[in-house]
Amino acid sequence: MTQLVIIGIYLALLLGLGLFSSRLFKGTSKDYMLASHSIGPFLLLMSIFGTTMTAFALVGSSGEAYKEGVGVYGLLASSSGIIHSLCFFLLGIKLWSWGYKYGYTTQIQFFRDRLESDRIGIILFPVLVGLVIPYLLIGVMSSGVVISSITEGAFESSFAAYDYGVPPWLGSLVISLVVLTYVFFGGMRGTAWANTFQTIVFMILGVVTFFVISSKLGGLQAASHAVLEKNPSKLMRDVDPLDRERYAKRYKTWTLIAKYNYSRRIAKTLTLTPEQKTEAYKEFKPRMPNWQMTAEALYASKNKLYKLTSEETNKALLIQDDRVMPDPFPEKWTMGLMSHHDLREYPRKANAEKEQAMLVFGDKIGHPEQDLDPDDPSKGKNWTIKKALGVYRASNWAPDAPHPMSKLVFLTYFFVPLSVGMFPHLFQHWLTARSAGTFKLPVVAHPLFIMIVWVPCVLVGVWATSAMLDGAPMFPPHFPANAVLASMVKKMTSPVLAGFLTAGILAAIMSSLDSQFLCIGTMFTEDIVVHYCGKDRFTDKQVVFMARLFIILVVAITYGFSLLEPRRVFTLGVWCFSGFSSLFPIIFAAVYWKRLTKAGVYAGVIVAIGSWLYLFKEAKYALNPSYTFLGMMPVATMVVASAVAMILVSLVTKPPSQETLVRFFPED
Amino acid sequence: MRYAIYGLVVVLIILHQDNWLWDDKRLIMGFMPITLLYQAGISIGAAIVWYLATIFAWPHHLEEIVKESPEQETGETE
Repeated sequence: MTQLVIIGIYLALLLGLGLFSSRLFKGTSKDYMLASHSIGPFLLLMSIFGTTMTAFALVGSSGEAYKEGVGVYGLLASSSGIIHSLCFFLLGIKLWSWGYKYGYTTQIQFFRDRLESDRIGIILFPVLVGLVIPYLLIGVMSSGVVISSITEGAFESSFAAYDYGVPPWLGSLVISLVVLTYVFFGGMRGTAWANTFQTIVFMILGVVTFFVISSKLGGLQAASHAVLEKNPSKLMRDVDPLDRERYAKRYKTWTLIAKYNYSRRIAKTLTLTPEQKTEAYKEFKPRMPNWQMTAEALYASKNKLYKLTSEETNKALLIQDDRVMPDPFPEKWTMGLMSHHDLREYPRKANAEKEQAMLVFGDKIGHPEQDLDPDDPSKGKNWTIKKALGVYRASNWAPDAPHPMSKLVFLTYFFVPLSVGMFPHLFQHWLTARSAGTFKLPVVAHPLFIMIVWVPCVLVGVWATSAMLDGAPMFPPHFPANAVLASMVKKMTSPVLAGFLTAGILAAIMSSLDSQFLCIGTMFTEDIVVHYCGKDRFTDKQVVFMARLFIILVVAITYGFSLLEPRRVFTLGVWCFSGFSSLFPIIFAAVYWKRLTKAGVYAGVIVAIGSWLYLFKEAKYALNPSYTFLGMMPVATMVVASAVAMILVSLVTKPPSQETLVRFFPED
Repeated sequence: MRYAIYGLVVVLIILHQDNWLWDDKRLIMGFMPITLLYQAGISIGAAIVWYLATIFAWPHHLEEIVKESPEQETGETE
């Protein structure tokens, strides 16, 4: 409950800030959308940084480091330090100067002018909004997950289905409404102020979290040494021989469990007697939850108590790993044995673990603050649903196979941060700058700020792989990556600190959501309503009103999507950024290439989106996090394809008029 | 000078691909994985290169153009 109160106070403070900044609102649409070009270097740095660092940076980076190891920093953080500032330097300043000079508020206004094409707005508007929505979705979803994880057990009897904590749908709803309110009243000025405040909050609390967690793990050295001992591959990008050996052993044991379960449940050819079970349990160690099943499987195999054909063994593996059984069953799997790689080719059944975990551990689930057995407190507390799911996955599913990071994938990840060049909300932030000189501080400090946030997050995520709590691993295998940070904060800090730290995580999430909400409202009013209905048809007040109305609509749509099955934040984020990156050649050429034509841009946009849709489908709509195309990140193909289409079509079509070229390239 | 800065950016991108550390799990100062330390160094290197860019390759002419613009407003926020 303490955490809930602190989060509530923080959200109230934020609302107050938004309402206060609205008192400085000049009433004009330009002030609402661009803060009248009045933002100085510090506010610009903090608002740009707060906008680019989202749930993706805190929740996603720690979760992904937990899954993939320290290489995650090189994948996105250090590359972003180079590429983001490059985009600010090469694109931001020039676009700001044109925006200032010619009165642009949105990217589409710039493209319409630069390409002498009114219709380019019609193709770009749905594409940009369509790509911003998944980006919003990352923030909305993560906020719900974080609040839900941190408030487990906060209520006496309400929300039993959510472990007596705030349900994710309610957490997401509250965060959406808070952000909506301060954007609604404060506009861009409120957003810039709230971003600055929140960026300071999450940076300070991030560093505090890091030191609190490291001290609970016995200090920096002890925490890292535990990883070196238990999961050395997480400290590099190759697979350590020790991890390979351990995996081989675990996978072999797992196949024995699969065969044992198949024999007794499906084939019904085996039932251990009570004496055999006692014998099986006698010397079995370590006794993790659900250890009896492993002990029985090893005993049955050692004493050759069952015999399965190849087909039966393969079916046993599919069933044990909750994979969809192919129908008809492939001929090849009636002869040879499936490898783990073959097994992973078959998708997991949706929600299989939920049904099974409730069936197996239903009697252990209850309020996490109450004893499992009131007569015997030594049995511990009730299990949460999340714990039951975790134990089910850990004891039933095949262990994760360690895999090296591909050097080509690492290299082609460089294309992902190019997305910053095409983010419509960042474009809008650039335009708020007071002068070109305002960009100097963000260009220099951005890589350092990324480092300050990402290094601790990556270390915490890696430490989580080997952290122990009360003599048992803190996170069982297959633990959901998105929940690692929130779960560590809850388990390792006091309720007061956990409340503050959660506020810090939420700050990072909200500081991106606000800019995106505002940007979408701005695009709708400026690029669609005002553009097609005429500038004089509406008063400034009406324009602001429409922007606010559209923002509410988009928040409602995004919230609706967030209620669907969540994907891994990191994977969804990478796909969203890849879409923006695929449009990077267009903005770059618009700024630096005089020969660019509107037909070239149409071709580039169509190829970018076409290739994105195709590859997204191939990656099973982000359900396959390790999908690559030709061994590379799919984004590399998208960027190259869109650039080639744009260049070729531009070269064979009519160049822009001399008047436009003089307007944008006067120095030549 | 502008091209020298672009050259430094290319050098950073090349140094970023640290294939030689791929299978190195050493902990520096007893806690910092060498891969992470190296990549954090790339972040610091990037900040230095961009600082040099603001001194030697800054587009001052863009500030001049805007100062002449009649559309400039004078709102102050900081």
